Amino acid sequence: MSMNTQGRPTAPVAGSVADGTSEMTPVFESFSGHRGLRLFEPLIFELGSTETTGVDVDEAGDFEMSIGDLERTAEIGCPGLPEPDAVRHFTRLSRRNYGIDMGVFPLGSCTMKHNPRLNEKMARLPGFADIHPLQPTSSVQGALELMDQLSHWICSLTGMPAVALSPKAGAHGELCGVMAIRAALEARGDAREVVLCPESAHGTNPATAAFCGYKVKSIPAKGNGRVDLDALIEALDDTVAAVMITNPNTCGLFETEVKDISDAVHKAGAFFYCDGANFNAIMGKARPGDLGVDAMHLNLHKTFSTPHGGGGPGSGPVVFSDALKDFAPLPYVTMSEGERALHEWSDEKGQSLGRLTAFHGQMGMYVRALSYMLSHGVDGIRQAAEDAVLNANYVLASLQDIMSASYGGPCMHEALFDDAFLKDTGVTTLDFAKAMIDEGYHPMTMYFPLVVHGAMLIEPTETESKYNMDQFIRSMRGLAETAVAGETARFEGAPYFAPWKRLDETQAARQPVLRYSPPEPDQK
Amino acid sequence: MRYLPLTSDDRQAMLAKIGVRHIDDLFKDVPKADLNPEINLPKRQSEMAVERQLSTLAAKNTSAGSVPFFVGAGAYKHHVPATVDHMIQRGEFLTAYTPYQPEIAQGTLQYLFEFQTLVAQLTGMDVANASMYDGSTATAEAVMMARRVTRKKRAVIAGSVHAHYRAVVETTTQFTDDNIVCQAPNPADAGAELQAALDAIDDTTSCVVVQNPGINGSVLDLGPVAEAAHAHKALLIVVVTEVMSLGLIKSPGEMGADIVVGEGQSIGNGLNFGGPYLGLFATNQKYVRQMPGRLCGKTVDAEGEQGFVLTLSTREQHIRREKATSNICTNSGLCSLAFTVHMSLLGEKGLRQLARVNHKRACDLRDALTAAGFEVLNSSFFNEITVRLSKGATDVVETLAADGVLAGVPMERLYPGQGFDDHLILAATETVTDEDIAVLVSKLTEAVQ
Repeated sequence: MSMNTQGRPTAPVAGSVADGTSEMTPVFESFSGHRGLRLFEPLIFELGSTETTGVDVDEAGDFEMSIGDLERTAEIGCPGLPEPDAVRHFTRLSRRNYGIDMGVFPLGSCTMKHNPRLNEKMARLPGFADIHPLQPTSSVQGALELMDQLSHWICSLTGMPAVALSPKAGAHGELCGVMAIRAALEARGDAREVVLCPESAHGTNPATAAFCGYKVKSIPAKGNGRVDLDALIEALDDTVAAVMITNPNTCGLFETEVKDISDAVHKAGAFFYCDGANFNAIMGKARPGDLGVDAMHLNLHKTFSTPHGGGGPGSGPVVFSDALKDFAPLPYVTMSEGERALHEWSDEKGQSLGRLTAFHGQMGMYVRALSYMLSHGVDGIRQAAEDAVLNANYVLASLQDIMSASYGGPCMHEALFDDAFLKDTGVTTLDFAKAMIDEGYHPMTMYFPLVVHGAMLIEPTETESKYNMDQFIRSMRGLAETAVAGETARFEGAPYFAPWKRLDETQAARQPVLRYSPPEPDQK
Repeated sequence: MRYLPLTSDDRQAMLAKIGVRHIDDLFKDVPKADLNPEINLPKRQSEMAVERQLSTLAAKNTSAGSVPFFVGAGAYKHHVPATVDHMIQRGEFLTAYTPYQPEIAQGTLQYLFEFQTLVAQLTGMDVANASMYDGSTATAEAVMMARRVTRKKRAVIAGSVHAHYRAVVETTTQFTDDNIVCQAPNPADAGAELQAALDAIDDTTSCVVVQNPGINGSVLDLGPVAEAAHAHKALLIVVVTEVMSLGLIKSPGEMGADIVVGEGQSIGNGLNFGGPYLGLFATNQKYVRQMPGRLCGKTVDAEGEQGFVLTLSTREQHIRREKATSNICTNSGLCSLAFTVHMSLLGEKGLRQLARVNHKRACDLRDALTAAGFEVLNSSFFNEITVRLSKGATDVVETLAADGVLAGVPMERLYPGQGFDDHLILAATETVTDEDIAVLVSKLTEAVQ
C-alpha cells in the first residue's frame, strides 16, 4: 500500500468486493444505520414532533373567533421538522429514486423522455403559476391566449378540428372521449350498448367503457400483432357504440389497416376512439385526422415532455372530429371582439357533455407542453418522432438474434419481446427486469401487453444518444446471453445492487398497513 | 435541436444496422398518402426565443401576488415556503415514473406513505389514498364509491357543495342510472341549507354530500346530518375545498364522516390557474377495498428491511379492467409531494397557527366590511365570507379588477341565473395585509355608489 509522509494511504486496497479478491468485504453494520451515501431515513412521524415547526408563522394573537363551538381541540398528530431537517429528509428520500435524469428509462408505452428545465421555468412565471382560475377573464387574457395557442398546435399536429384541454390525465381523457361518443349517440336517439377493445388494450380502455355504462367486448389480434379486421367487421353491428384502438398499438406496431378499420366503424354507425398514448411515434409524421379518428386523447406527460412526477400530475387533452366536437366538455375558450372569454356553463347548442373537473384543467402542464412545442417547432417534432422510432428499431435489430422479438419489424417507438428465449432457463421476465436494475437501468415495461407471454416492452424514446443505446444494448445482450447459458445466479436474487432487495407485495396486500401508527406504549 | 442527441452520422449508422436506407422505410406501415403531411406550424426556436414569447403571454395576466387579492371559492392563495419548490424539482422526484419498481422508487413510496398518513390525520379518518386529480373528481369518485358500498343509487348533494363539484358529479354519473339530487345554495341561512340536505335523506339514499366550509364560507356542525345519514344506512361524504381549515375546525371524521374528499392545493401548491391540483380521498378502514385510486402500503424486502409498495391493486384497472373500482390510472404525485414537504415544515403547531391567522384575517375583513355598511351573510366561517351588495357583483368585480384589486368571486359566475347576482364571495388568507383590506373596502364602497 502506498502512503504519504503522514502515513495516509494514497491508493485504495487492490481487488474488489464484488469478485471476492478484496479483504474489505463488509462484515459489519455501521453504528448509525447508514451505509455511506445510502442514508437511513425514518418516517417524518419518527423524526419530528407536533410541537416543532419549520415555518415562522405570525401569531394571530387573541381575538374573538367566529367558528361556533367547532374548534379542533384534539391532537391532530402531524409532526413538524426544522427546515434543515426537512430539506435533508426529502433529499435523502429522493436519492432512493430512479428518474430520467439519472439514465435510460425504457418503460414501454410510457414515453419517458427528457423533461426540459425551460418548461419548469416557464410554468413558474407568476403570470402563469400565480393566477386564480376564477379571476375575471379580463385579468387572464395571456393565459387564455396560451390555451388557444396550445389548442392550435394540438389540432394542427393531429389534423383534428377541435380539442378539449381540460381532462386531467390520459384515463380522464378517455372518459371524456367515450362520454362525447355516448352523448352524440344519445343526441341522435341511438342507444348502443357495446364498446369493442382489442385484447392488447391498456386496462384503462375497458375500465373507461364500463364507467360510461357500456359492455366491453374483446376483439382478437392477428398473428402479426394487428387488430383482426375480419373479426372486427364480424363484431360490428348496430349495438356497437365505439371501437377503442391504440395506434401505434401497445405492441409498438402501426395498425396498417387503420383506414379500413375507421371505414368499417363508421359504416356501422359507430365511432372510432383512438388511444393516443403512443402518439410520440407519429407526431409530425401522420395525423389521426387523416386516418378517420373521431376522438383521441394525448398524454402531455408522455408525448410533450411534461414530467411524470413519480405518478402525476398528468394531462390528457382530447381531440374531436366534426361529428363529436359539439359534445366537448366545458369549459372552453371563446373569442369575441378581440377579447377571450371562458365558456363555463351550458353552451348555445346545449350539447356539451358537461364539466369534468373543477376548473380549466392542467394549466401548469399546458405551459410546459407549449414550451416544448415552440422549442422543437414542427420540424423538430417530426425529427423527434423519427429518432424515437429509429432508436426502437435499433434496439430490435440489435437484440432480436438473442432475445425473442414477438413480431417482425419495423416497429414504431417501442420494441416488444416475449419470454420465449428464457424458456427452460428458470429466469422469468420479472427476474430479467430486476437484473436490469443492477445494470443501472430502469426496467422495461413487463407483462404488458397481455397478448404475448412474459412481455418485455422497450421504449427508448428520442432522448437517448447512440452511445447510451449501445451501452444499453450491451447490457441487455449480456443479460440475455447469461440467462440462456443457464447462469442464473445474477437473476435469482436481483436486484443485488439496488438500495432495497425485492419487496414482498403479497404481505403488503394481505394485511394492508396504509398509514403510520405510533408504537404501542409497551413496545417503547 | 438541443433535446435530440442523435447526429446525422449516428442516424446513418443505425439505419445501416437495421438494414434500411431511409428513415421512412421504418414508417412503411403508415398509409403512403398520409405520411409526412404538410403541417403549417412554426419551426424550432432557441431557448431564449421561447422564453421571450412565453414571458410576453405571462405578462398579460394579473398575478395574485401583485395586487390586493381576495379570490377563493375552491382555490386559495397561500404562501408556500421556498423549500417546497426546491424539493419537488429534484430530478429524482420530478422525472421518476409511478413506483412500479419499488426497489428503485422508495423515495416516492415513502413520501406517499407519509402523505396518506397526513391526510388521514388531518381529515380524522383511518386511511387515505395516494391522491386523485382534484377535489371535484375525488367527490365524484366518492359518490360512486358510496353506491358500491350501500348498493343504493340516490345521492343528495347539499347546497353547500361548490357548483363546479356538483357539475362534475352530474357529468361523471350521467350515463349510469344514479339519481343525483342537487340542492340550491342558501347563502343567507347556512343552517337551513344543511337542514334541507338532512331532510332529503331517505332509505333509498346512498350518500349525502356536504361541504365544510361551504361554498359561501360558512362552517357548520355536521354531527346531526351524520346521524340522519347513518339512520338511513347512507354514507356522509364531506367535501373540504380549503384544507387549511382543518388546522382550526373540528375534523370531518370527528363529526361522523364516512368519506372525506377535498382539494389539497392550499398546502404546498400554487394557484396555477386551476391545475394541477391535488385531490384528497380518505375513508374508514372497513371501506378500504372499495376505495378508488392508488394506495401505498408498508412491507419488507427479501432481507427483512422495511419498505413500501403500491398495494391492493386488485381494485385497479390494470388488473380488473372493466370491473375496476375506477378507471383512474394516476395520482397527483408531485403535488402530493409538495403537500407533504409543506406539512412536514408546518407540523401541527405551524398548521394551527397558520389556520388561526387565516381566520383572523377573515374576521378583520368581515369587521371592516360591516363597519363600512356591507351586509355579511355568514355567522360562522373560516377564511371566506359572502357579502350581499347593492348592485351586480360581476360588474363590481370587473370595475375593481380594472382598478388593480381582485375582489372575489361573483356568485353569479358559479350559479348563473339563480338569483345570486348581487352576492360576492371573498377569501382572506395569511397573504392579505391590513392595507389590502382597507383598499378593498374603500374601492368596493366607491363601486357600489
